[in-house]
Amino acid sequence: MVSRFRSIAAAIVVPALVLTACNSSASPSPSSAAPPPSAPAASVAAPSQAASAAPSAVAASPGTKFKGVSVNLLTFNGPQVAEPLQRREPDWEQLTGGHVNVVAVGFQTIYDKALLDASTKTNSFDGYVFDPQWMGDFVGPGYLLDLTDREKNDPQLDQQDIVPFFRDYNSVYDGKTYTIPLDGDFHMVYYRSDLLQKDGLKPPATWDDYLSIAQKYNGQDLNGDGQPDYGSCIAKKKGAQSYWWIISIAAGLLQGKGTADGVFFDTSNMTPLFGQNEAMTLALQTYAKTATFGPPDELNMDVGGSRGLFTTGRCALTMDWGDIGTLTPGTYAQDKTGATITPGWKQILDRSSGKLVACDATTCPNAVDGVNYAPFGSFGGWSGAINAASPKANQDALYDFLSYMSSPPISGIDVTLGKTGYNPYRTSQFTNQAPWLAAGLSQAATDNYLGAIKTSLDNKNFVLDLRIPQTKQYEQDVLDTAVSQYLAKELDEAGTEQAIADGWNSITDQAGKDKQLAAYVASLGIKK
Amino acid sequence: MSGPAPRSVAMRRRATDTLGAWRSDGAARWVFIWPAVILVLVVSIFPLVASVALSVSKLVFAPGGVNLSFVGFFNYQQLLFGLEKSHFLGVMKTPNPIGWTILGVTVVLTGWAWTKAVRSGRYGPFGLVLWLFAGILLVGFVWLAVQTLASDGGRPGSLIVTVIFVFGGIALQLGLGLGLALLAVQQVPWRRFFRILFLIPLTITPVGVGYMFLMMTDTSKGPLEPIWVALGLRNFTWVTDPWLARLAVIIGDTWQWTPFVFIVLLAALEALDQEVNEAALVDGAGRWQSFRHITWPAILPVTTTIVLIRIIEGFKIIDMPNILLGGGPGTATQSMTLQAYIDWNTLNLGRSAAVAYLLLILVTIVATVYVSLVRRRVTDLA
Repeated sequence: MVSRFRSIAAAIVVPALVLTACNSSASPSPSSAAPPPSAPAASVAAPSQAASAAPSAVAASPGTKFKGVSVNLLTFNGPQVAEPLQRREPDWEQLTGGHVNVVAVGFQTIYDKALLDASTKTNSFDGYVFDPQWMGDFVGPGYLLDLTDREKNDPQLDQQDIVPFFRDYNSVYDGKTYTIPLDGDFHMVYYRSDLLQKDGLKPPATWDDYLSIAQKYNGQDLNGDGQPDYGSCIAKKKGAQSYWWIISIAAGLLQGKGTADGVFFDTSNMTPLFGQNEAMTLALQTYAKTATFGPPDELNMDVGGSRGLFTTGRCALTMDWGDIGTLTPGTYAQDKTGATITPGWKQILDRSSGKLVACDATTCPNAVDGVNYAPFGSFGGWSGAINAASPKANQDALYDFLSYMSSPPISGIDVTLGKTGYNPYRTSQFTNQAPWLAAGLSQAATDNYLGAIKTSLDNKNFVLDLRIPQTKQYEQDVLDTAVSQYLAKELDEAGTEQAIADGWNSITDQAGKDKQLAAYVASLGIKK
Repeated sequence: MSGPAPRSVAMRRRATDTLGAWRSDGAARWVFIWPAVILVLVVSIFPLVASVALSVSKLVFAPGGVNLSFVGFFNYQQLLFGLEKSHFLGVMKTPNPIGWTILGVTVVLTGWAWTKAVRSGRYGPFGLVLWLFAGILLVGFVWLAVQTLASDGGRPGSLIVTVIFVFGGIALQLGLGLGLALLAVQQVPWRRFFRILFLIPLTITPVGVGYMFLMMTDTSKGPLEPIWVALGLRNFTWVTDPWLARLAVIIGDTWQWTPFVFIVLLAALEALDQEVNEAALVDGAGRWQSFRHITWPAILPVTTTIVLIRIIEGFKIIDMPNILLGGGPGTATQSMTLQAYIDWNTLNLGRSAAVAYLLLILVTIVATVYVSLVRRRVTDLA
């Protein structure tokens, strides 16, 4: 009887465990579907020589600077993002004697877990590696430690090496520095360089170019497997990245006079620019058109899916963060991938009339060859922050760990590895190409990839992501829902614009219009 | 010698009386019941009250903590009449002829049932008022359903979508579970193996089932892609049509929960006296007649209990629509729990609690009406 019971129990439990394990390992995690970090780690070539070349600077004998100090750091369970923190922690522990317990959770959980932990004074986390967009909710109530002086006087961090956008805008809120950048995030367009070269085509400069290239290659066999492939792959799943892409497409129509212009609200009265106007209509129509050249289930595809399709050669174009560049080594797309600044527009919104007008020296002073580019610093890049209520010893230890992670020798290696989910954000990461070549990129691919990043970052019309209180409600609730309803044809252009404007106005009114306007203006670095 | 003896007896008596008092029902109530009552109050009632408070509040993060400011019924107003109405109730348009017909039939049947209840004399005034209230709610719900589902330009909100998942799923699960149980109760080879096989889905976490179906329904790069291609469905997708997306969710939910229905019905079937069925067959009854007049009435009490459990559980559906489709395309598969989760996730705790409370009210009404409707029928049959 007992043996029969055992065999029955084993027959149920073992297959169930195997199935469960298969499910959890083979499928993209919910969280990997959300933010920038990359596609399945299995597809990532992680060159051991690059990793081993990391200047760990590990001392022969254990350090004692933070001996006995143990800190809790909350972050994303990617497995990217947490991976480098967990991999480097033993080295730092050897150097200093301190210990960092990396608590990795799903992307959707970080924000509420961190905020509720701090606001209820539980303070179980000494710091966070999170989305700097959320600073608006953390800085106001005083949950984050001001790092301005520490970063300025830290030779290990070498703050001047950090690209100005990430140093002076992304890490700063209301004039003070609260985060240490570990990642540089913004959108670029990737294309199949072999195809465009063969047909004598240039990379897309405008969104019209993008659509015509997508149309040309859609339905053709792009990877030699005898099956028709897709002209464009952009992840459009609700609850994933869908709302970020529409910002990238609309940005060039909404912001023409530099970063301080902003794309989300009119800086004089907090009127949503993502409301009823010709720019939004054109942006929505363009976004929907990209779907006609994409996979049939693109509406349910997250960024892991689009990356998988691009690196296996099934897409001619895609839009993504910097991760594609480091994911291609070892895949079909290796040495067949080009990167370029996010396409722009030759028109711009006249904010007073809501109409589109042609770009000229007055309306688009930063235009290049008549095209108004507005590369979008979407998400902003994973950044470390410290809990202001944490004990001083823990704050010091955690700061040192984050500074160590961001230091040029360490981050210079990590940004070249697809498995980290980190993208370049330091000048030295552009000038020192050796780690990129060691990571498996060819010289031509390295030049092209870093060149596209540099072109984007050097653009004076670079777009900051929203960073005001309740940013998550504005973007991940209202914008995401309205855009996904539009893509699913539940709403037309006018209905979508109205839904976004109404939703944003409602959040603004509840939070206090003046307060939100002040926060928005401050986040853009505007001094009034 | 005589002095101490009475004292000792008195002391013993006092001790016995005290012990007796402790042994009495009154003391037992204090000792055994109150801890349980306090536990229930703390664990169950307090969160209920706290979430009511949350649903009429707005949470603001402030230096040193959190401020909860009273906003009255603003969150409920937003869901039922305001900005969130299209997401919660749906987009309502004038019903088409089919919609009007369904509504008309519902009104007539409800009126007939209530009149019958009045004439039967079995209900007191309070009971009749309750039944009238239930009838009005039913007509109101059908009115909402036909405006959003049987109309041009209408669109169901999370309330109707949840109800579709619940009753669509339960219908399939009951049919399949009963069919499998009837098969597994037969003396067929490998029946022990099949019983275990049918149970496996129940042992997998709903999130795992969600990811499995995410892969299986992926027609462009999932493990079943060759099959889709071989069937000429390369460009087929579950995700662009709202009804196909809902069907995918219902299929996944059915795969997960059919084993539960199966195992309970199997136990009920195995407990039946087979001699009655055999006697009926000997007397010339067909298999269908035997099932309809003997087996079905016998397992009906268990079946109604299963349906009740599944109704209560089904209204909380979130894993499958969230993992499989993120509530999309658009809001086509956004259940009420998923809507509450999205609000919670963006720390709109007040609205999240309001959605949860509306869900609680809905489940309570549906479960109460269901129990009232089936109780008499089951009793009569038994």
